[in-house]
Amino acid sequence: MEKLALAAGTALCLAITGVVIVTASADPVDDTLEIDGAEMITRAPAPEGHPFDEVMSGWLFREAETRATQEDSFENPGMLAVERGAELWETVEGTAGQSCASCHQDASVTMANVGATFPRWDADSGKPINVEGQINKCRVENMGAEPYAFDAEPQVSLTAFLKHQSLGKPVAIDLSEGEMQEWWEKGKDLYYTRTGQLDFSCSSCHEASMGKYIRADHLSQGQVNGFPTYRFNTGGMVSLHNRFRGCIRDTRAEMPAAFSDELMALETYVTWRGTGLSVETPAVRQ
Amino acid sequence: MLSELAKPVMAAAFVLAAVQASAQEVAPADVKIADYAVAEPLTGTSGDAVEGAKTFANRGLGNCLACHAVSALETEQFHGNVGPALDGVADRWSADELRAIVVDAKQIFSEETVMPAFYSLDYGITPRKDLVGKTILTAQQVEDVVAYLATLKE
Ligand code: HEC
Ligand code: HEC
Repeated sequence: MEKLALAAGTALCLAITGVVIVTASADPVDDTLEIDGAEMITRAPAPEGHPFDEVMSGWLFREAETRATQEDSFENPGMLAVERGAELWETVEGTAGQSCASCHQDASVTMANVGATFPRWDADSGKPINVEGQINKCRVENMGAEPYAFDAEPQVSLTAFLKHQSLGKPVAIDLSEGEMQEWWEKGKDLYYTRTGQLDFSCSSCHEASMGKYIRADHLSQGQVNGFPTYRFNTGGMVSLHNRFRGCIRDTRAEMPAAFSDELMALETYVTWRGTGLSVETPAVRQ
Repeated sequence: MLSELAKPVMAAAFVLAAVQASAQEVAPADVKIADYAVAEPLTGTSGDAVEGAKTFANRGLGNCLACHAVSALETEQFHGNVGPALDGVADRWSADELRAIVVDAKQIFSEETVMPAFYSLDYGITPRKDLVGKTILTAQQVEDVVAYLATLKE
């Protein structure tokens, strides 16, 4: 059931002026997300040390139509990227004459946990690695192919395909590996650091103002469990680092490079903030 | 020939005029906030409430509506609720207090407030390069917004 709780003040002004101001139902909906009959975990008890008691999927904050589009795989335009990713999985490229499938066979078996457990510690680079990074590592080291450039269409599609293999699995990253805990700390610092002329941190919007409306946008917890997501706004897929950069740009700050140490630390920390939520890739957003 | 010679003179006169205009404008670092108020207007030209309403709603300027609802701005869609509705705000605060809130909300509410400081150079890390040294609103825009806020009485 969708709550239509108008903020008291807004309800009053509506009554007086009779004007349709698109209004504030300040709460996320009380609804269940089922994708093709499988129930997703959209609310989970927060891990210890989390500022919230409960972590919530961004799906709960979206309008009814957007939510419905994600519930049906045939309706979800993000599934086209997943299908394209499935083709790329089988495509031989590079000097070694291999495809992803040559080494990893059936992704639904071998990749079932990837979407729920990345970023992981990568001992070779001495840094956390995300799915996009792992794809490029395999392309360079195992296939003799060029790495994908940031946000190249195949990078986004293959990432969507891989994460989709974990659909429904609860996010659970391992912070005990390598120096993951230090990167988590660094990501946490960044999350609370104010940037730009407007002087906002991630927490200004996704913690202090969570559930509120900032102009037409209902502010969610800024969870990452649905990425890459399909956006109606742009009519295309949005990768996680693209979203991070967009939010930072909106504070009127210089944007850190995709996959930079800053954004990898942020990905590590923000992924942890969604511990227990189901992977929803490809989620649908407005 | 003559006009070529006249140029430097004209330029000098122009610079002088510019200096005089800005002499009446308080620089961001010189704004005095005392007792939760800025008693001196930031410019010599009094604020224009009609312009202020535009600056208030404009997404590229104040974008105040992103966070505050105002029933009087009924033609504008999408009023946010990150901050309180501003109906009757002039009954709660004097014009000098409203000026202080717009100049630097952090000094009025708390360091933690999410409301940006609209006339301050004390912003977050890595500001966009083309904005360094610039305030979100100009001194005159602040005066206009304050004049607009002063009309919000119940
Ligand atoms: C000025 C406000 C603002 C700031 C600051 C901000 N965001 Fe956002 N963010 C938004 C809005 C608006 C959306 C879209 C609505 C939503 O999902 O909350 C969004 C969406 C997101 C999403 C997508 C959530 C989903 O379910 O699809 C993520 C992830 C995110 N933000 C992370 C961050 C991080 C990390 C930072 C800091 C680097 C940050 N945001 C800073 C406003 C902001
Ligand atoms: C990103 C959010 C945000 C924006 C943008 C914003 N404000 Fe605010 N404002 C707040 C919050 C939040 C408060 C309440 C104080 C607090 O909790 O920190 C507030 C409080 C106020 C108050 C005091 C209200 C009262 O009833 O006591 C005034 C006046 C005000 N803002 C005016 C403005 C004006 C004018 C602008 C634009 C030039 C603006 N605000 C832009 C978030 C915002």
